[in-house]
Amino acid sequence: MLTKRLIACFDVIDGRVTKAQQFQDNIDVAPAEELAQRLYEDQIDEIVFYDITASAQRRKIDLDTVRRVAQHVFVPFTVGGGIRSVDDMFEVLKAGAEKISVDSMAVRNPDIIRQGAAAFGRQCVVLSTQVKCVGVSNGLPSGYEVYIDGAREPTGMDALDWVRRGEDLGAGEIVVNSIDRDGTAAGYDLDITSAVADAVNVPVIASGGAGDVEHIADGVTKGGAQASIISSILYSPRFERNLGVRELKDALTALGVPVRPYLDV
Amino acid sequence: MDYRAGNAPSVGYALARLGIEHELVTKPDQIAAADRIILPGVGAARATLDSLSESGLLESLTSRVRDDGVPFLGICIGLQILFEHSEEGDISCLGWVPGHVRQFPSTARVPQIGWNAVRKRRPHPLTADFPDGGHCYFVNSYYAVPDQDDDVLASTEYEVDFCSIVARDNIVATQFHAEKSGPLGLGLLTAFVDWDPAC
Repeated sequence: MLTKRLIACFDVIDGRVTKAQQFQDNIDVAPAEELAQRLYEDQIDEIVFYDITASAQRRKIDLDTVRRVAQHVFVPFTVGGGIRSVDDMFEVLKAGAEKISVDSMAVRNPDIIRQGAAAFGRQCVVLSTQVKCVGVSNGLPSGYEVYIDGAREPTGMDALDWVRRGEDLGAGEIVVNSIDRDGTAAGYDLDITSAVADAVNVPVIASGGAGDVEHIADGVTKGGAQASIISSILYSPRFERNLGVRELKDALTALGVPVRPYLDV
Repeated sequence: MDYRAGNAPSVGYALARLGIEHELVTKPDQIAAADRIILPGVGAARATLDSLSESGLLESLTSRVRDDGVPFLGICIGLQILFEHSEEGDISCLGWVPGHVRQFPSTARVPQIGWNAVRKRRPHPLTADFPDGGHCYFVNSYYAVPDQDDDVLASTEYEVDFCSIVARDNIVATQFHAEKSGPLGLGLLTAFVDWDPAC
């Protein structure tokens, strides 16, 4: 049986993992390489790395850091930030990632999704979306709008229209990142997560707001997601107590969520 | 083997971690000199086969694996192209292992992406230390159906029960990404390097 994945998310600035609240006020956590090694050894299922300032600064992704992290990570490793072309994707894959995450750049140039899927296969292209609950209106039938550039710029695009289009263009996974819940520890936005899971047939990843084990379980049950992105729980200095992967897996198993078993090594 | 549609660097990092001497090869003469060959893959079957033929690697690979009997490990798409035919693009593949590659039923969410249990079907040196039901990382929309049950070393369930490790003579292949399957996957890479198909 396919299990539900726990994905650690790194918001990286200058080679260091940071933690934001609603895409703002990033505080420093640890060097990306060091945290990646620690989480791999703690048997995290997957790591996602976002170079969060590359896109806004119109620069290329920090390949040196990607390469250093990749050398310690023998679980899937997704990288995003500042990807503009198939050549950029190829550079990131050569640095040791197996999946590429596109977000703001894909909104500006949706064809990048199609080109990436044609060159490297659908499974290689993850469409990450920043969505905000703004209420139902004429152009926004789902009531959720897509934002870009670190949740600063509204696009006028409906979240469900965009993920369906992304899937048609060739995205192999969809990340639903709730701007309202990011860093709040209030739980995933289950309404939009389940709406996206119903709208597409590719795997869906819940993101933004996981503060405890129940939230993670809700994301993959009520939210219908195939995986959960977590970060604060694992390492936010704002949290009184962080949890390890074993504690999370034990608790999820007790809640009836199928997970990759923790190995005694 | 390093080609455009592959993820050879990830496999290289895994082998480096294990202290296994290796080289990412892009030229036919490098393959001719190899004691063991790993063909990783992440892309589509046709893109992989095209990339291998255009770079001239395919001829050298075929001669090394089929004529010289060098131990060969295929990973992901490196498993699927071993069969006679793939529904992905309706194309002919290498035909080194009798059987076909089919698409997951439309009832499944595809691609399958994530950790799934690998059940051993028969004993083999590659999986001697692999725990039955151990979880490995899969990314696939298609799956292999070998003609002969004996070629199925392990199987996994996703809507259907499919072949997750193939073994035939000097050829082994995993549908999952061994290089991305944590300690269990790294264990399989070590077992491949230690494996003597003649024994």
